[in-house]
Amino acid sequence: MQRRITRPLGAIALAAVSAVALVGCGSGFSSESATGSSTTLTNDSTDGLTVLIGSSSDAETAAVQKAVADWSASSGVKATVQVASDLSQQLSQGFASGDPADVFYLQSDYLAGYASNGSLLAYGDQLSNKDDFYSTLVSSFTYDGQFYCAPKDFSTLQLFINTDYWKASGLTDADYPTTWEELQDVATKLTTDDHVGLTFSAEYARVGAFMVQAGGNLMNADSTEATANTDANVTALTEVKSLLNSGSVKYAADLGAGWGGEAFGNGDAAMAIEGNWLVGSLSADYPDLGYKVVELPAGPVGQGTLQFTNCWGISQDSADQADAVALVEKLTSTDDQMAFSSAFGVMPSIQSAADQWKAENPDLVAFLDGAEYAAGVPTAKGASDVVSDFNSKLESLATGDPAAILAQTQKNLEAALSE
Amino acid sequence: MTMHLRASHRAGGSRRAGSGLRHGESLAGWMFITPMVVILGLFLVIPVGMALWVSFSDWGGRGSPFSSGVEFVGLNNYADVLTGGGLAQQDFGTSLRNNLWYVLLVVPLQTALALGLAAMVNKRVLHGRGFFRTAYYFPSVTSTVAITVLWMFLFSASGSINKVLSWVGINGPNWFNDPDGVLHTVLGWLGISNGPAWMENADFLGVSLWDWISGPSFAMFALILMAVFTTSGTFMLLFIAALQNLSPEVDEAATMDGANAWQKFWKVTLPQLKPTLFTVVTLGIIGCWQVFDQIYTGTQGGPGKTTVTPAYLSYSTAFNNQQWGRGAAISFVLFVIIVVLTIVLRWAFRERPLPRRQRRYYESLVAKKKEAQR
Repeated sequence: MQRRITRPLGAIALAAVSAVALVGCGSGFSSESATGSSTTLTNDSTDGLTVLIGSSSDAETAAVQKAVADWSASSGVKATVQVASDLSQQLSQGFASGDPADVFYLQSDYLAGYASNGSLLAYGDQLSNKDDFYSTLVSSFTYDGQFYCAPKDFSTLQLFINTDYWKASGLTDADYPTTWEELQDVATKLTTDDHVGLTFSAEYARVGAFMVQAGGNLMNADSTEATANTDANVTALTEVKSLLNSGSVKYAADLGAGWGGEAFGNGDAAMAIEGNWLVGSLSADYPDLGYKVVELPAGPVGQGTLQFTNCWGISQDSADQADAVALVEKLTSTDDQMAFSSAFGVMPSIQSAADQWKAENPDLVAFLDGAEYAAGVPTAKGASDVVSDFNSKLESLATGDPAAILAQTQKNLEAALSE
Repeated sequence: MTMHLRASHRAGGSRRAGSGLRHGESLAGWMFITPMVVILGLFLVIPVGMALWVSFSDWGGRGSPFSSGVEFVGLNNYADVLTGGGLAQQDFGTSLRNNLWYVLLVVPLQTALALGLAAMVNKRVLHGRGFFRTAYYFPSVTSTVAITVLWMFLFSASGSINKVLSWVGINGPNWFNDPDGVLHTVLGWLGISNGPAWMENADFLGVSLWDWISGPSFAMFALILMAVFTTSGTFMLLFIAALQNLSPEVDEAATMDGANAWQKFWKVTLPQLKPTLFTVVTLGIIGCWQVFDQIYTGTQGGPGKTTVTPAYLSYSTAFNNQQWGRGAAISFVLFVIIVVLTIVLRWAFRERPLPRRQRRYYESLVAKKKEAQR
């Protein structure tokens, strides 16, 4: 009988010992450093810096590696670039273990989650070039009134036009659509048995452009208030619905493509609403396709588009925050951003680089012009869940009720905000 | 090994308890299992314990879940998912709906197919048995990721499957981009596009009853076919092993008694396979409720959230949305579902005494036999 009792006890003791050992082996596993905005930055450069990036191509990796190596050579601080296979998962693991990467790419819709649990260093106000960033980008990376991280670059949506189809339909440069009516008109003219007039993905990240053109958006500019159920948004979705039902506009998925760019590249659509990332993949995958980029038509309230951006996050648990900030200042300088731009087609996040970029990319001016009237995507905590729910409803917009979809989204956003 | 243990156990009865030999043996036993206990403890028991704590805490994903700033929040995380009424509950309800249809279709189909294949390749008359066994088992040893990619190509809107369907005049669906439920689509052909009011208005876990009976979406249906394709081979192997263990005498006796092949299979072979059937169905149900890799590498939950499963939802809630407590709570609810289903299954597959009518029949047979012997 005695033996029976001691055996489980032994097993429990063993488990307890290994638990202690497990907790003990992570360095700084339970160390609590100051949260939020600390005024003095850590400055221990013995281990060097780790830069974690989610790279879209070898060209991007090489460009970032070169820029970081240049900084390393001039500052004398060791810095290594790691390419993540799943950025958000690797970031989460780093933050949980207490030993995260020092500098990393961060998408604007993940900012709130990491900022609210204290993982991020709010260093934006300490940057010497902070006034040079576009103000809409700064508000995308502001959480709870604090400017967290420096925008790395940005992209906007505009209208891609297949020039061969355009000419074949007898349209000229004078016919580029500037209003919703004209968009509908040219889409109808461009539609043949072989391809449709216009395509885009069934998601907020494309359809949202119509909402901005109508004067709405899912949330206000600071992402502090839900504005999904406004009349402007209903007008926008009603317009998209009527476009879809006209037969000359189809979602990319309905053309058998994973996204609008693919449908456009395959020649299944004469026009597509996409961002500047498509330029790179068109030249790589569809080098013979003739196309032109023009600004999206204006809606009832005016011109509008969506912008997407990443920032250079710095972790609160970094041992060398001071050098990390210095590195980010260098990576967001005009020279580095122009180098990134020529390597992988992004647009510089600072206004002082705008003229140089336009001069170097005369065909893509429309994207940078969009910065004037672009709106950001919601960045409130939990908003990305609501947006993905909204996306799932947009898929059946052609038969759905715009007002009902928006009312549900409004309810979900309000719930997320009150959490 | 077993023989030896049994022998020593019997011998131990006559020996004084706690004798030297037995003590040495148990020490050796402990030494042999220590590596496994340590590995299991380190990588399974402790992480599961930590996750259980996280599911009751407000841990935000930074630093240790046991650090001072992390508060105990009771059942809040579970309440968000099960009774919250918000998007979290609705997403969980949707994921359960999706996974339920997945289980309902995959488990019977894969079990039946595996049994059918096993019965076929177990026939001695079949030429090239080895080839067929290898061919059917092959999908099981290929990585899920590779097969998922293959499936995405096969089931694309202009892919091979739709091409084949077009030969027989069927305009195939846009598989991986079609969020419509299969059952809803069929009802739509019959002119029923909206459910009755009582089904539209009543909801369970934030999903209306009408949406619960939507059936799997076409995207999920493609994944269901894939699961059946990949796992049938593994279970076929289990059935083959069981079939080869059956004594041919019973089969012969049935033949002598005049049973035809169909009767032999259903009344003689299948009842003998009951333990294997239990294993296959249980493993199938557990595997189906844990489906994750196809979703993660293939659809990421889309289209229209119709391929979100609780396992994937738990992952995305924790890693993408930093709602670690909620993510852990989802995984523990899933754990409870699996355990309950397994218990129900054990109950359903329990050894039952014969129903009274059959028992009387057999008893009368035995009595007749005895009389004849007299």
